[in-house]
This record gives sequence, C-alpha cells and structure tokens, in this order.
Amino acid sequence: MERQSPLFSVFIHASALLLAVVILAPVAWLLIMSISPAADLSAKPLAWWPSDIDLSRYRTLLSAVENSAGAAFIASLLNSLKVAGMATLAAVIVAVPAAWAVSRTPAVAWSLYAVIATYMLPPVALAVPLYMGLAYFGLLNSVFGLALVYLTILAPFTTWLLKSGFDSIPREIESAAMIDGARLDQILRILTLPLAAPVMATSALFAFLLAWDEFFYALLFTSDLRAKTLTVAIADLAGGRVSDYGLIATAGVLAALPPVLIGLIMQRALISGLTSGGVKG
Amino acid sequence: MTGTWISTRAWLLMLPLLVVMTAVIGWPLVDTVRLSFTDAKLVGSEGDFVGPANYIKVLTGSNFQRALVTTTWFAVISVAAEMVLGVLAALLLNQRFRGRTALRALMILPWALPTVVNATLWRLVYNPEYGALNAALTQLGLLDSYRSWLGEPGTALAALIVADCWKNFPLVALIALAALQAVPRDITAASLVDGAGPFNRFRFVIMPYLAGPLLVALVLRTIEAFKVFDIIWVMTRGGPANSTRTLSILVYQEAFSFQRAGSGASLALIVTLLVTILAVAYAALLRKAAGAS
Repeated sequence: MERQSPLFSVFIHASALLLAVVILAPVAWLLIMSISPAADLSAKPLAWWPSDIDLSRYRTLLSAVENSAGAAFIASLLNSLKVAGMATLAAVIVAVPAAWAVSRTPAVAWSLYAVIATYMLPPVALAVPLYMGLAYFGLLNSVFGLALVYLTILAPFTTWLLKSGFDSIPREIESAAMIDGARLDQILRILTLPLAAPVMATSALFAFLLAWDEFFYALLFTSDLRAKTLTVAIADLAGGRVSDYGLIATAGVLAALPPVLIGLIMQRALISGLTSGGVKG
Repeated sequence: MTGTWISTRAWLLMLPLLVVMTAVIGWPLVDTVRLSFTDAKLVGSEGDFVGPANYIKVLTGSNFQRALVTTTWFAVISVAAEMVLGVLAALLLNQRFRGRTALRALMILPWALPTVVNATLWRLVYNPEYGALNAALTQLGLLDSYRSWLGEPGTALAALIVADCWKNFPLVALIALAALQAVPRDITAASLVDGAGPFNRFRFVIMPYLAGPLLVALVLRTIEAFKVFDIIWVMTRGGPANSTRTLSILVYQEAFSFQRAGSGASLALIVTLLVTILAVAYAALLRKAAGAS
C-alpha cells in the first residue's frame, strides 16, 4: 500500500473540506434563505445567519386556503405527482415486455438502438406538432396530455434501463423452466419478473425523477392550476415580482425534498444505475 | 420453437412500446419536417408550402449564427469544466480520509436537485441587490460595488456556466469514481514499485480504466449541453441583449413566442441535425476507443 506523507494527508483533507463546502454551501444557503426573516435577506451587509428562525413561509405554502399562494403551490405539487406518477406507470407498462423481448431476442436488438437514438432528439424538434396535436384532442393544459408527452422521454429511457436489468438475469433459468414444461406467461410471472423487481423499481424511480424534473414541455403545454407542474410554478415565482426571496427559496426546498430524499436513501442503487449506462437526462 | 416464432413473439411484445413511440415521437418528428417547408402559424393558419425558404432564412440570419456560437461556448466550456472537476473530485474521493463515505453521499445532492430549483437557487445567489455572491465578494473586499451578474452581457453566460457545472460535475465524479474503483490495486502497487511518478501513473495506469466511462459521460453531457433550455430560461430567458440565447431558446421564441411554427420547425430540425452529427461523431470515437483498448 501507498504510504501517505503528512503533507499529502493535509492536502487531501483540505481538498475534501473544500469539496464539501462547494457542494454544501449553495444548498445550505437555500435552506437558510427559506427560514430567515425577510429583513435579514435584504439587510446590508447581508445577515448570513438568521437572527430568528422564521417558518411562516412553509406554513404559507402548505396551507390550502383558497386563492392563496399556498393553494396554488399545493395544486402544482399535486399536478407534478399526478403527471410523474401516470407517465412512470405507463412507461413501465410498455417498457417491460419490450425490454424483455429485446434482451432475450438478439435478432431484434437493433430496434432498441433506434429507440435509444430518440434520446438525442432535442424536445424542440417535437414540440410544435405535439402542441398542435394536444390542442386538437383538447389535451392542452391537462395532466393527462402532459403525462402522454412525457412518454417521449420516459419510454425509451426505462426500456434502456430495464433491458440491461433483464440481461443480468441468466436466460438459463428461463430455459430450464421451459424444459420443465412451464408456459411463457408462467415463467415471466413466477420467475423473471420477481427477479427483475429491484431493477424495475430503480427504473421506475429514475423515470419518476426525470418526470418530476421536466420543465420544457410543462412550460409549453400547461397554463393554469389545472395542470401546471411544480417546476413551472417555481420558475413563475423566480421570474415574477415576488419581493420575498425567502418564499422562492422555500418553494425550491419543498420541490427538491422528494428527489433529494430519494437520492440519499436510494444512493447505492442510483449510483450503480447511473454508472452502468443509465444517465439521467 | 422456431426462429420465426421467437422473433414474431419479440415484435408482439414490443408492439405497445412501438405504438407509443410512433404516436409521440415518430409522427411529431415527421410533422415537424412537413411544417418546416410551410409558413404555418402555431394557431390559426395551416400555412402554404414555401419550399426551402425557411431554411434559407434561418441559416443566413444572424440570430441563428449568434445562437450557435453561444450554444457552442456554453457546451464546450461547461462540459470541459465538468470533466476536469469531476475527475479531480473522483481522484480525491478515491483517497483515504476521514468522512469519505459522507462526502461521497453528498455528491448525489446537486444531481438530485431539480434543474429548475438549481437555476432558481443560483438566480437568487446572483441577485444584483440582495444576492449572496455580491454580499460575499463585497464583505471579503474583492468587489467595490454590487454587480448585476445575470444582467450584464459580459458575465451572464459565465454565471450560467458556473451554475450548470455545479449541478453536473458531481455526476461525472461519481462515474469516474466507479471507474477508479475498478483499477486493480496490484497494478497501481506495481507501478509504484517500478518508480512511476504521480503523473505517469495517472496517464498510463489509471487513464486506460477511466477513458471508456468518461467518454460516455462526455458524449451524454455534450448532447445535453447542446440542447440546454431549462437553466437558461429560468435564469436569464436568453438575455441580457440575447447574450445567453442558445439554440433551444431561439426555437422556443420563434415557434411559441412569435408563433411562427414553420420557421420554428426548420430551426428545430437544424438543431436536431447538429446534435445528430455530434452524436455520430462521438459514436465513431467511442468505437475507435473500444477497439484500441
């Protein structure tokens, strides 16, 4: 093993400290802004540490009094949940059989590359016809319409992740069961899908995070509380005439909470997914 | 079972996916091509066939050329910085020190933060009147008076790049770290015995293991950066004075703000073509790298 000289060790610890500060400082500042009294945030020189902990903005955003900022925020939170949930479910439903078929049938593997290639498409290349199509079917400003559009991103992505998941389940298990006389649907139900459950869960989680994060289509295809998602609501706040920056920060903290918690808890699964080919777009 | 049945079965299982993909990707893409040869409006006018007029107008216009330059700057600088910072962070995280596990866990934080929240956060940091950056620099004596980082054409793009890097370099670091952990210990030990210095060790012992995963990260990050929209829209909307107007922002303005669906579509397809060329070039590079190792 390499022996570390004291100087090298000091350098490593100092660098680690620097990295920790770089990663943490912006997030910590977002949190501090969300709990600082408004006066602190507009003070000069700026008060870095809140003089008093002010949780009123969390109460404002999470109270469902009609026509309040809170009602709008909660509506957008629910819209995000609905859209991401529906899109993830639909993506997994179409991706599981396709991914299994591609994994077990090398002859059709090329079709997967065609599917993955669509990942390169900039959303702007599809946006105009999608807008016109949604308008035609009356699905503009609807959570269903937006969820449908999100399949453009989620369906190829989950198929890709699931295919590599199925690849790691030995096909010999399936062949053995087949020799024993099991039907294909039995094999899938009893053997393959339970074995693939962890991969399916990770893929679904990735898909959900991707949908939760999406902004471009949501900006284009939603216009009010009936369908506006959290990302659009936050962009509105950030670009609007809100004078209390703490309120914007609070909305950001609340929107970041689910993905950050998922990220920290599911760390191991996410990192192995991220590094083995699936990279969040 | 026969081969034909197996591949028929495969196609049947893929049918739902293929139907969905045709409906939400295939058809819109074809329709974008059709629209790009018309003068259709987003709402109201179906438009008439105008031939390649939209393409000529777009390619000769200064808006497109300027947006292409802006996008290229954004992509090249942010991706290069993310790669360098990511590899440095990974080399650090591969060393032994107290708190290493916690620091590795922290790296997931910027990645998990939604892009729009990240953009909002940095917009607040760069705020010209109350922002943390102005406050910190002034209190440290590095800045005489508050500046509008996102409001001046000279600093806006750089400010955006910093925000983008902060969010994305940890991902590169995690990918590089996974690759570093695959380097066999005895090889690094042997190179030490053979007297290789730190630079040679990185170049000849570690780099071969890093190259593949890093190249994949490079490809994906470049394509992402070339398509960039969210972070710019939230932080500057392409301003000030269009100094941060990237290609995706330009398409958005043309097709949706000005409702010119026809020329917006032609612009979108040019962007698509550029991204495709990038991807194909990278794919060739990847294949060459795979063949070399």
